[in-house]
Amino acid sequence: METIPVEHGFILAGILFCLGLIGVLTRRNVVFVLMSLEIMLNASGLAFIVAAARWGHAEGQVMFLMILTLAAAEVAVGLGLIIQMFRRFQTVDINVLSEMKG
Amino acid sequence: MLELIWLLPTFPLLGFLALVLTGGRLPKQIAGPIGAGSIGLSFAVAALVASEFLNSGLEHFTYEAWVWMSVGGFNPGFTFYLDGLSMVMMLIITGVGFLIHLYATGYMSDDPSFARFFSYMNLFVSAMLMLVLGDNLVLLYLGWEGVGLCSYLLIGFWYTNPANGYAARKAFVVTRVGDTSMAIGLFLLFAQLGTLNIQDMLHAAEMQWSVGSGFAVAASLLLLGGAVGKSAQLPLQTWLPDAMAGPTPISALIHAATMVTAGVYLIARTHPLFEMAPSVQLLVALIGLITLLLSGFTAMTQSDIKRILAYSTVSQIGYMFLGLGVGAWSAAIFHLMTHAFFKALLFLASGTVILSLHHEQNIFKMGGLRKALPVSFFSFLIGSLALTAFPYTSGYFSKDEILLGALELEGVGFWFWLGGVVGAFFTGIYTFRLFFIVFFGDSQAEHPPEKEVGGWHMNGPLILLMILALAGGFIHVPLDAVFNHGEAHGEHHVSGLIHGIMIAVPLLGIAISYLFFMSKTFSVEKLMASALAKKLHAFWFGGWGFDTLYNAVLVSPFLFLARVNRKDIIDSFYALIVSVSQAANALIVKSQTGSLRWYALTVAGGLVVMVSLGAIL
Repeated sequence: METIPVEHGFILAGILFCLGLIGVLTRRNVVFVLMSLEIMLNASGLAFIVAAARWGHAEGQVMFLMILTLAAAEVAVGLGLIIQMFRRFQTVDINVLSEMKG
Repeated sequence: MLELIWLLPTFPLLGFLALVLTGGRLPKQIAGPIGAGSIGLSFAVAALVASEFLNSGLEHFTYEAWVWMSVGGFNPGFTFYLDGLSMVMMLIITGVGFLIHLYATGYMSDDPSFARFFSYMNLFVSAMLMLVLGDNLVLLYLGWEGVGLCSYLLIGFWYTNPANGYAARKAFVVTRVGDTSMAIGLFLLFAQLGTLNIQDMLHAAEMQWSVGSGFAVAASLLLLGGAVGKSAQLPLQTWLPDAMAGPTPISALIHAATMVTAGVYLIARTHPLFEMAPSVQLLVALIGLITLLLSGFTAMTQSDIKRILAYSTVSQIGYMFLGLGVGAWSAAIFHLMTHAFFKALLFLASGTVILSLHHEQNIFKMGGLRKALPVSFFSFLIGSLALTAFPYTSGYFSKDEILLGALELEGVGFWFWLGGVVGAFFTGIYTFRLFFIVFFGDSQAEHPPEKEVGGWHMNGPLILLMILALAGGFIHVPLDAVFNHGEAHGEHHVSGLIHGIMIAVPLLGIAISYLFFMSKTFSVEKLMASALAKKLHAFWFGGWGFDTLYNAVLVSPFLFLARVNRKDIIDSFYALIVSVSQAANALIVKSQTGSLRWYALTVAGGLVVMVSLGAIL
């Protein structure tokens, strides 16, 4: 079986990361912002896996498991915050929440 | 028994604490006994200590309560020094002080701030006792400033009237001039002699300095500055007449009997220093002489009963300074004591008059009060006789001794004596002018008195002070041990002519006063008719223009500078620091948009910049 070149894996991870970043910066709906953050996390996880496969080390996979756990916890907290935000402000538009201005 | 001396300032201090820690809210039935009782206890202890001291035959006694501070070789303590001089002073302060406190419980009984009044009074007595009992100049200075503070608080006691606050500030600022001079004097003494213990310091001065040396002259001049400020002598006498804005018992206690004589006490206490600077000692006499003459003229023109008495106080302290200056130390202290008796009597009696006339102080709106106010009448009669040195009243003995002391001085002595006699002539005129206008003639009162205010706690002190003012001259003041080295002993040997003149001149003053204000043989109106007389009257009425002069020379330039520099040039540098940081703050605040996406963008942008920097370098 032919192996996938390591560059392809890194390029894919880079593209995914940029897509996620663009999503965070441009989206106004806070649910989509959270989803974009997940994409960025998974992009970095992919980079770890690719690197671990290339050099045959197990640490990359350990890191991925940790990122997975972190993402799960982050989603739980993030969704909780979003629910609170919706209850208080009746909106999920992130631009409305600018009370800390200046 | 003598160790009990530490209780003397403690009782009034405890009284002050009790009154002040309850926030001045104690009812009169409790505050009065605390305020007057603490002084009464002090007087009882003072009498006990004094009799023990006289019986023991000691020359002096020192009791160290505790060391105040200990820095290097400098160990001033709360140490009380008892000798003839401080004994006389402490008996005057607690004795006359107690009578005045007792009187004040009646005089102030309608005042809503009754407890506050007595808290200040007690603090004053405590500070004054520390002043006279302190064995070092630091403790003396503590008391010195303490009485100054209480004087300020009590002159401005009725603070709702801005004029009283102004008078209080004036008294404080003017005496501050003298206090600063005295503080510098203390620094000089400590720097040169290495101690501020009074006896050690005087001893060291006699060892190290020769008579008339520069340091002795400078030190005694600086101390004289402090004494002149506190005792309202030329050129710092302007505050005392205005200090009459305070309640009348204050005028009796602080501005007649005790605090204003602190300067006399200071000079008497450090008299060896002044003996080493004969030129300064002569200056003391000269200041006293000029002050007593100037204020005598002024007292003749005043119309406010308390201001007349205030100017006469200035004049009598002038006599004490004259006595100090000519080296008649014990005569000066003797006059201090008799003056405390008869001037407290006069002030307290004027308080009764003022209160009976519903706070009327203008003597031309009184008149004919002889029958309506019998206690005040007799108080004034006896007080005035003592003040004018009528034979065998207390003032006669003390003033005589001062004038005879002046006569003994060679050279200028005769002129000092002559000036003092002329001053006694004026004393007779202005004292009995007040007496005749207030108590004789037709009533000019707008609100004639229904009855004399009184009660035992007001009339009792008056009667006791009457006895003291009459017979105080027979009290033997035990000062020989304090002043023995500098004074000629034994009787004064002077001719009968001199004695005759000294008895006759005050009587002549009284007679002239009688002809003008009682029998109206001469008319004041005729005397005042010419333009020159009117000008002179206005000039003397304003206290020889000293207030005008100080306003023009000191107050106006100061206010001008204050107006010019209203924005404070030095402060602008610090204002610059403030405005720069405020501008920086405004700049950075702009970046805080509150938008989450903007923050995320800046984080991402920052990351890109860092990574590319890492890649390039």
